Amino acid sequence: MNIRSQISMVFHLDKCIGCHTCSVACKNIWTDRKGAEYMWWNNVETKPGTGYPTKWEDQEIYQGGWVKNGDTVSLKGAGKLKGLKNIFHNPNMPVLDDYYEPWAYRYQDLFDAPEGDDQPIGRAVSLITGEPMEIKAGPNWDDDLSGTPDYARQDVNFKHLSQAEQEAMFQLEKMTFHYLPRICNHCLNPACVGSCPSGALYKRGEDGVVLINQERCRAWRMCVTACPYKKSYYNWNTGKSEKCVLCYPRLESAQAPACMHSCVGRIRYLGVMLYDADQIHQVASCDESQIVDRHLDIYLDPNDPAVIKAAKANGIADSTIKAAQNSPVYKFVKEWKIALPLHPEFRTLPNLFYVPPLLPAMASVSADGVYDTVSEHLLAGVEKLRVPIRYLSSLFTAGNDQKVIDVFKKLHAVRVSRRDTTVKDVTEKQLNTVMNEAGMDVHTANAIFRLTSLATFEERFVIPAAHREEAIEMLENTGDYKGSTGFGFKEKPARGL
Amino acid sequence: MLDYLLFGALPYVALAVFLIGSIYRYMKKGFQVSSLSSQFLEGRQLFFGSQFFHWGIIMLFFGHLIGFLVPSAVMAWNGSPVRLLILEFSAFGFAISAFIGLLLLIKRRATTKRIQMVSNHMDYLVYFVLFVQIASGILMAYYGRWGSNWFASVMTPYLRSVFAFNPNIDLIAQLSTSNAMALLMVKTHIASAFLIIGIIPFTRFVHFLVAPIDYIWRKYQLVIWNWDNKEIRNSRNYFPGKSRDFKNN
Repeated sequence: MNIRSQISMVFHLDKCIGCHTCSVACKNIWTDRKGAEYMWWNNVETKPGTGYPTKWEDQEIYQGGWVKNGDTVSLKGAGKLKGLKNIFHNPNMPVLDDYYEPWAYRYQDLFDAPEGDDQPIGRAVSLITGEPMEIKAGPNWDDDLSGTPDYARQDVNFKHLSQAEQEAMFQLEKMTFHYLPRICNHCLNPACVGSCPSGALYKRGEDGVVLINQERCRAWRMCVTACPYKKSYYNWNTGKSEKCVLCYPRLESAQAPACMHSCVGRIRYLGVMLYDADQIHQVASCDESQIVDRHLDIYLDPNDPAVIKAAKANGIADSTIKAAQNSPVYKFVKEWKIALPLHPEFRTLPNLFYVPPLLPAMASVSADGVYDTVSEHLLAGVEKLRVPIRYLSSLFTAGNDQKVIDVFKKLHAVRVSRRDTTVKDVTEKQLNTVMNEAGMDVHTANAIFRLTSLATFEERFVIPAAHREEAIEMLENTGDYKGSTGFGFKEKPARGL
Repeated sequence: MLDYLLFGALPYVALAVFLIGSIYRYMKKGFQVSSLSSQFLEGRQLFFGSQFFHWGIIMLFFGHLIGFLVPSAVMAWNGSPVRLLILEFSAFGFAISAFIGLLLLIKRRATTKRIQMVSNHMDYLVYFVLFVQIASGILMAYYGRWGSNWFASVMTPYLRSVFAFNPNIDLIAQLSTSNAMALLMVKTHIASAFLIIGIIPFTRFVHFLVAPIDYIWRKYQLVIWNWDNKEIRNSRNYFPGKSRDFKNN
């Protein structure tokens, strides 16, 4: 057993209102620069939809992630042979137009235009060429509830759905959507790290944050291809790739990352998970039907004395172990088992888990057009759901419908249990049926309700400080560095000649 | 006099600038060592330009290297006319490939607005010297036949005399004496080759110095510890620092 600690996350999709506050917080801190205008390390997309970059989930196009190869895994579109062969031109790399061409408006023209009969306008100009442009796409140009041919109907996950199921999703009465906020998953088996020919990408041992060393990156661009979530971006101005850093300067001082701190819907949770690093390769190369279970099994119980002992032997700090014991992520993922990884079939073992959205799935419509949200039969038959389970299982469980249904039963049981407590119009029989089917007791239901709806900031983000103050003493003679500048290098981030 | 400058002095200036400049740039301006790919802004035209150019130029580079390192083997191979023709034609083919690739790349950069936004003067200088280099090489091969033979027999001794700090400029005059055009092209080719070496540290040429060869034997996953957890918690040493062996896992 080789125990490491990992900063992991849970996003509760029922709570996401799609306001993009997370995206803007991230953009303002990290990517509001030349060459990074098009990057959204945090983005929110509408599902069904094509996402950002367009159709990122379709690995037939982008060749991202790992594929099972006998007893091991190999990179689908990168790696030693394929990567070096394609080093002069990477055929599977998304280019600017797969994201969108960033633009600004000539606002000054509104003020400077001479007086005339027509309204002055601020034309859109490209942030790359500076020339006027026709805006054709944006980072969040999905459509909510309209089912246009360009977006919702092009969703990659539809390939698992029959034509009838797809059509049903776009009928006016059944039409539904949910938001999917995405950041880097800081995977246990990161494809970006494996694909980097320069070795510029690495996973930090202490907290599992995946980073790109800007001084070692040589713009071979393999990480952009290899990341199946398309969360590594190429900066066209500096000639370096960049990605979400999970706001590690904030994490190290036990503050929440900017996207999470600013989340209006309070959908985000972040905490420590302890896992067994010796199992990573084995789990990543297991059979696809087992991948979700095996992935979740790699995380260990932080209250188990044997785990604590092994963690301490590996040098994990007491404060980190304590944070793991209070981790909201552990509760959602392991104790309650209501959070699932996004596209586990990519085999990167992501550390960002989603509570699948029950709201768009439930509320079947009765014949007289009334939304029925409390029926005891709500989850009795999958066919009654507004969203085909297949669609959600394609997102979260590599096609295992039962796993999504299990989560939905629990989420539904929590709602029925709370309705029993507050509205008191649920019969005992109804309550028992729902609770038994979900394998839920009132105590757990209340705990889920509390962490979902009432959790304080400190309950949502349980982050141990990084103990840099101890670390620096063994890396440097602190006296020599007293009064010097902080982290990072001081070279101007300009491209070379 | 010009010969003395170009073939006696330029090589040493170029090599010195190359060595000092490249090391300085790598050590002090590490952020600026990059291949500066522009595929992100334009990928379609790049495919043909970049593939033709790079594969051609790599083969030519190794061809020249073999001629320099083991001239006797090249001479032995060329002993039979058929093998000589095979070598000459394939080398000529790679040169044409590199040349066509270069023309496509020049056209791409000159006509694509997005690419112009990430171009600077040095990028155009690179195209210019590469154009001179490859064009002179092709013309030389055309006017003065069987370059692989006289490269091994005359050029290699000259290059070795350069590295022995005793440049034998007279050898240059012996190259392709039969044809004035060929001699001019040979001289251009040699001088521009040293010019290219000299401008490596100041241009995007640096990217070939950091070609990711070590990727071949590296493990796929890379975990880096900022500090040694065990050492911190269990330190028996009041000043445990300075030993940084633990940096890589």
